[in-house]
Amino acid sequence: MAKPAKITSSSPVLETRRPDVEADGLARFAGVGSFLDDRVGLAKIARFGLRKVFPDHWSFLLGEIVLYSFIVLLITGVFLTIWFRPSMMELEYEGTYQLMRGLPMSEAYASTLAISFDVRGGLLVRQIHHWAAILFIAAMTAHMLRVFFTGAFRKPRELNWLVGVGLLSLSLIAGFSGYSLPDDLLSGTGLRFVDGLIRSIPIVGTWLEFFIFNGEFPGDALIARLYMVHILLVPGILLALIGAHLTMLVYHKHTQFPGPGRTESNVVGYPLFPVYMAKAGGFFFVVFGVLILMGATMQINPVWAYGPYNPAQVTAGSQPDWYMGWVEGAIRIMPNWESHILGTTWSWNVFLPGVGLMGLLFTALGVYPFVEAWITGDKSEHHLLDRPRNAPTRTALGVAGMTCYGMFWLAGGNDILATQFHLSLNAITYFMRVAVFVAPVIAFIVTKRICLALQRSDRERLLHGSESGIIERSPEGRYSEAHVPISHGEAWTLSQHKQYSPVEATPGVDANGVPLPGGGVSRRRALWSRRFFRHDIPKPTRAEIEEAHSHDSHADDDVKALEH
Amino acid sequence: MRFLSSRRRSRAAKPLLLAFALFVTGALYAGFAPATQVSADAGTSALVAEGKALFQVSCSSCHGLNGEGTTQGPSLVGVGAAAVDFQVATGRMPMAHPGAQAPRKQNTFTEHEIAAMAAFVAALGPGPAIPEPPVYAPGNLDERAIARGGELFRTNCSACHNFEGGGGALPNGKYAPSLRGVEPIHIYEAMRTGPQQMPVFSAGAIPDAEAAAIIAYLEELHAQPSPGFTLGGLGPVSEGFFGWIIGVGGLCLIATWIASRGARAR
Repeated sequence: MAKPAKITSSSPVLETRRPDVEADGLARFAGVGSFLDDRVGLAKIARFGLRKVFPDHWSFLLGEIVLYSFIVLLITGVFLTIWFRPSMMELEYEGTYQLMRGLPMSEAYASTLAISFDVRGGLLVRQIHHWAAILFIAAMTAHMLRVFFTGAFRKPRELNWLVGVGLLSLSLIAGFSGYSLPDDLLSGTGLRFVDGLIRSIPIVGTWLEFFIFNGEFPGDALIARLYMVHILLVPGILLALIGAHLTMLVYHKHTQFPGPGRTESNVVGYPLFPVYMAKAGGFFFVVFGVLILMGATMQINPVWAYGPYNPAQVTAGSQPDWYMGWVEGAIRIMPNWESHILGTTWSWNVFLPGVGLMGLLFTALGVYPFVEAWITGDKSEHHLLDRPRNAPTRTALGVAGMTCYGMFWLAGGNDILATQFHLSLNAITYFMRVAVFVAPVIAFIVTKRICLALQRSDRERLLHGSESGIIERSPEGRYSEAHVPISHGEAWTLSQHKQYSPVEATPGVDANGVPLPGGGVSRRRALWSRRFFRHDIPKPTRAEIEEAHSHDSHADDDVKALEH
Repeated sequence: MRFLSSRRRSRAAKPLLLAFALFVTGALYAGFAPATQVSADAGTSALVAEGKALFQVSCSSCHGLNGEGTTQGPSLVGVGAAAVDFQVATGRMPMAHPGAQAPRKQNTFTEHEIAAMAAFVAALGPGPAIPEPPVYAPGNLDERAIARGGELFRTNCSACHNFEGGGGALPNGKYAPSLRGVEPIHIYEAMRTGPQQMPVFSAGAIPDAEAAAIIAYLEELHAQPSPGFTLGGLGPVSEGFFGWIIGVGGLCLIATWIASRGARAR
């Protein structure tokens, strides 16, 4: 069995005692320290901050990847703003890149070409910036999935989850506005796509389009407006939300995976100083280094090959960056539904998959913690994470959601799939139209069965120990596999989780018809709760474990275990 | 005569006579009936004759003995020599098996054999001829003309062939093939003859000079160095794919390593 987390006993003991002798080298900075301490209370902040404990798990570093790629985005973005000119003024290109000489293009595109070909290191920084954007949202998605599957969004962290949902939606806007700035053929096509999304909003769509584009698409104002959104508005809000996100993280303290010595009221790990300072600081440079390597060795968005944007042109394989791919896919597979009501056009074919689906995703993400709390009736605080198998319905819901997203995502690349795997474009489209509905159901069922099987295996392990792999033959000729008991630490890890029972429907009034404080439980809520928990495998009781262990020495027990 | 007259009332006489009459009719028909092909291509030159022989071996099962077309393949009357040169020299014809579209593959004919088949098909009816190098590669294009070729490429070609000629998907398993590594003459011939799903871009729509500029742009574009691996030149799909695999995947491996290291703190 894969251990969920390392147990404390293997971690070295940390001494919080200060060294007896002050190092001479540091003494000379004492003046600075006391200066700051007198004015901003440094010692208090430092005592609180430096000894802050973070638990160790690789998945806790996903959020750090997001933060670090955001820092890389800020650094490289500042570099790019020095040369980028957010103007749609048309000029004739006379720059270095010969294959564009003499073509009319916008100043924004010309300055992007200049950054790529004339500014020293410009192409590298542009590519790092774009890879960092890809990584930023990808790592954010992975981080969010980790939080979801481990139940880290539960009380008291629901608000931080909401901030995270806000960060994700804003990051999509940040990424998309950046993708649109160079004004090359691909980004212009992407803008045309968004133009369609805006127009599909019933009744007000056309007005909104004229408001945003300052007239007909593409107009002459959009790049300057997107520039404001991309370098000021969204990053500003992102910074504020990241600040709030991290403040709440510090306030709530980090969650941890269950294990011996880990409770709801402690955090087992290493302190910020010096261990996490080194780990996290080092990881920042690793992330930066990986992004530089990606920028240096992997071409991304070759704007010079796309050419300047021209509404008359389009290229095969026009796709948005990956994080908008699922919306693209939804629109690609949507049947062509449109209705005309009282002289207005309702473009369901664009509105439902585009605007509707994005709204659905973010609404579902936003309300999930509250819906789950309502279903489970769980009002307690959680600082220990769930092992995904111990919340089978949530895990299955998550995998179903991922599957649905993945199907839309694949549909967004249907032309690439068709050419790379020699498939029929139509066949992929028809398949995906069904798959977006059917695949999540299959994924839900399969995931839930896997989770329950893992729960059963945990139960077996608790009762009978782990299989030793040694087959013994008894004098009568019977074969059996000996089981070795598991450690107490592992037994604790496997059995520490709370076993929930569904909430029961109760009337909200007492026998005299007087409303009870707190109200009752509706039938519907009880039904959902039953659905949520009904297949959970009961973890063995103390009596069951003792009973199983009492005849550990009897070989018969193992034989029985094999027989049933 | 006595032999015949004595047996003319025999029982076998009638069937035998019928068989004889059929034989004579058939022999006369074979002798006097017109040849099945048009006389214009009946060996007007040695090349056409040679091409015809090759055609009948390699192409006729689908295109008919005289290129008139069958249910399996279209008529080749009037497609011109350029079409034959394009289809055969790029290995598309003869097709290995019927399908949505003939893929590019290894050509096993010699230049002379292709020229012979092209001459035969050209003799079936007038059509675009195989161009000479000055037509498709004049070699006197300046950078502005080539840049304009790029603009023409993005206007006319990239919607199917992708912005750098990487190819793209079309409905029902059809596709616009990649233009990487395609000979300039074949790009020109494809524009003029409109093979498979491709529309014909005639000299009226795109004059020779502009066709040559498009071809020169593609040559130049494919000769450009790329900043790092091109990841297939497929645009954001492959970029996102590698961003996840190498970015998130690679950093997760490193994160696992970092988290697994204990600390030796005092």
